[in-house]
Amino acid sequence: MSRGKILTLLRQSGPAALLPAIAFGLLAGPGSVAAQDPPPPPPEAVWEWDPDDPRIGLAPGLHDAGMAINNLARLVSLPKPDPFLTDEAGGRGPTNSDIAFQGDLVFQGSYWGFQVFDASDPAEPELVVAVVCPGGQGDVSVHENLLFMSVQQASARLDCGTEGVQDSVSTVRLQGIRIFDISDIGNPRQVKTVQTCRGSHTHTLVTDPGDDSHVYIYVSGTGRVRSGSELEGCSGLPADEDEDTALFRIEIIEVPVDAPENAEVVNMPRIFADPETGEIAGLWAGGDHGEGTQASRLTNQCHDITVRSDLGLAAGACSGNGILLDISDPENPVRIDQVVDPNFAYWHSATFNNDGTAIVFTDEWGGGGAPRCRGSDPETWGANAIFTIRDRKMELAGYYKLPVPQTEQENCVAHNGSMIPVPGRDIMVQGWYQGGLSIFDFTDPENPFEIAYFDRGPLDAVEMLSGGYWSAYWHNGSIYGAEIARGVDVFQLAASEHLSQAEIDAAMSVMVGDSNVQNQERFDWPASFAVARSYLVQMQRSSGINTERGERVASLLDMAESQSGADRNATLDELNAVAAELDEDARRAENAAGPGDARRLALLADAIRDLTASLR
Amino acid sequence: MLSDRRTKGAGMRFRHGIGLLCLALAACGGEAGEGEMRTVQPGAPGEATRVLTVEEAASLEHVTHTPADVRFMQGMIPHHAQALEMAALIPERTEHEGLLLLGRRIEISQRDEIAWMTRWLERRGETAPMMGAGHAHGLGEGELMPGMLSREEMDALAAARGSGFDRLFLEGMIKHHQGALTMVAELFGSPGGGQETEIFRFAADVDADQDMEILRMRDMLNRIP
Repeated sequence: MSRGKILTLLRQSGPAALLPAIAFGLLAGPGSVAAQDPPPPPPEAVWEWDPDDPRIGLAPGLHDAGMAINNLARLVSLPKPDPFLTDEAGGRGPTNSDIAFQGDLVFQGSYWGFQVFDASDPAEPELVVAVVCPGGQGDVSVHENLLFMSVQQASARLDCGTEGVQDSVSTVRLQGIRIFDISDIGNPRQVKTVQTCRGSHTHTLVTDPGDDSHVYIYVSGTGRVRSGSELEGCSGLPADEDEDTALFRIEIIEVPVDAPENAEVVNMPRIFADPETGEIAGLWAGGDHGEGTQASRLTNQCHDITVRSDLGLAAGACSGNGILLDISDPENPVRIDQVVDPNFAYWHSATFNNDGTAIVFTDEWGGGGAPRCRGSDPETWGANAIFTIRDRKMELAGYYKLPVPQTEQENCVAHNGSMIPVPGRDIMVQGWYQGGLSIFDFTDPENPFEIAYFDRGPLDAVEMLSGGYWSAYWHNGSIYGAEIARGVDVFQLAASEHLSQAEIDAAMSVMVGDSNVQNQERFDWPASFAVARSYLVQMQRSSGINTERGERVASLLDMAESQSGADRNATLDELNAVAAELDEDARRAENAAGPGDARRLALLADAIRDLTASLR
Repeated sequence: MLSDRRTKGAGMRFRHGIGLLCLALAACGGEAGEGEMRTVQPGAPGEATRVLTVEEAASLEHVTHTPADVRFMQGMIPHHAQALEMAALIPERTEHEGLLLLGRRIEISQRDEIAWMTRWLERRGETAPMMGAGHAHGLGEGELMPGMLSREEMDALAAARGSGFDRLFLEGMIKHHQGALTMVAELFGSPGGGQETEIFRFAADVDADQDMEILRMRDMLNRIP
């Protein structure tokens, strides 16, 4: 969740319409705003939705809210553990934030510390340990025996104390990164803290493909620059008044994996600089893009950065810009492209598709603390913008926003998500705060569409309380929803017209170790019947394969799966022969029909060959 | 494929680790939500991690709001209210498109923030200033918050038209916003100020938003003929 703020022009309400409301509010006293004012007439809807969508009209409640679910199975909901159910936020406790994974372990970050669950059985995760160490946001990532945590609040202490920091300048305050040794998982030890001027709102673990003895942490600090008398060298002056300002940069921490106590800031790159003039404030200056457009924030920070080390690329969601960085030298990222968008208020996070040919950027309009999914909120505001990447340049292709309106009582806007490893398709699961989670396909980035969802009613019938999914991430076959107020929800995909069982099985066959969504790793699929069937079913859906050939592949796959010994080998020979025919089909499709079919025909041919090789 | 090896390795390592832990503590194996849970609090870097009993975990000290926080909120409400009063003058006095748009943004954001600050105070049992036509009852004319315009300055603004108004408005609102930045700086400079989660976030937002608007307004001011 970033800065909560509503800085927008309500399209329906010109100044004249607004003035009576303001005058009334002042005369009646703002204290009565929620309780006594007659409800204002509902703002005019500016987009269309299915009026029968079951997500409309869900009953409010903390743990007894109404629920709507589609093409998903909810395995379990894990309420916050007692030590994390403090008086804060009316007994709902401190905010749950981002999630990281390591094998069977789930690390749920929080403003109060972090919780570790063992999800060997995702239907019955067990709490391993609740770790009290406040700081906010508490975003976490893990690498081998190290856990990293973002800290930005002025109340955070070096010693994990909960009492805050009384002095405005203090040696016990921490704003930056905590490093824990989690070798003994029931007993995490803090081994190092690294201070930064703006603290750490989020961070990104970056592994160095050339050297596994160290990792880097890219620190995105969004807070107010703290006093130079507390941390030497911190200046919050504008760029034109101080060339050493702590604004307009990220910090890069190098962490020796075997000696994390030696972690230190090794670079503070000026990634927003104008390459011609060298001016460090070289990107969006803040403000709108013309009449009727959104006001985009000044680019003096990144909110979040997602890296693809295998591609040497990072996508930065940086306040008023989306940027692309070359990170082939991870200690010295170099900006290679930047975009603005007239619908974006605040560039918040980024997700690559698996091939690295598209990026989904999110816009956290309203900062996550405001209802921004109402019928009166434009479909392209507070949404995802999908960009394609060609020759390392980004180009806008389309938008995706939660396709059902939410109430005034639900904070809702695009937030954190991750890719689901369905071969041949780009599918993402994403949290929308109290808008629930939505799974969408953006294989065609110009025409994204929803394929599954889960939603609850608002936390409260009257008041907009902070809640909903901070993150919704895929990990090793399950989807984990980090609910701010309610705890962790675990889901699995269910087959539907939009997603076959074979595609789900193929997704579930991808097992990874450490999983930090912002350190995005490429999915590769082990050879399997499910992978071959996934490509086949996708082409059958779009009539992208000759019907007879498709049926023949399907029956040969079924036969091979049920056979053994010499019979199976004979079928595998036949499959290989079909693969050669598919190659030929692909060549023909490339010349005549669309390239998408050609691509999938070739993928299917390869998947068949991989499969037959693995079965011999 | 990400190392399949590590998945298995890590899983085994941790299951093993948890097993050992359970022997040592005899307090594991409880289902999440059953109340039997291990809670720890690490120390400063290099220090030991301590295990908390249920009672200890429940009685941890919390950051609560302070008199400095309350003063900040009680002062920011009339401060914002004056910005609304100023913005309400715009449509009748100028046709400057940029200023009209700015005024609308200020109206929407500051109105929402006044409601939010009022709720913040009320939820904590503190007094929220009652506003009447932009004036804070109980705050005399001599008790303006930093950056606020005096009654004479407000009258002069109301009497101006056209580019004269544009100039006075921008100068006044820049001063007004700078006052808000001063108030934020004073909050974080006060003992215990801005510690609580909600006020930390709110004050940081006010700081970032008004700082950005000052830049925009300076830019507009430079372009007025």
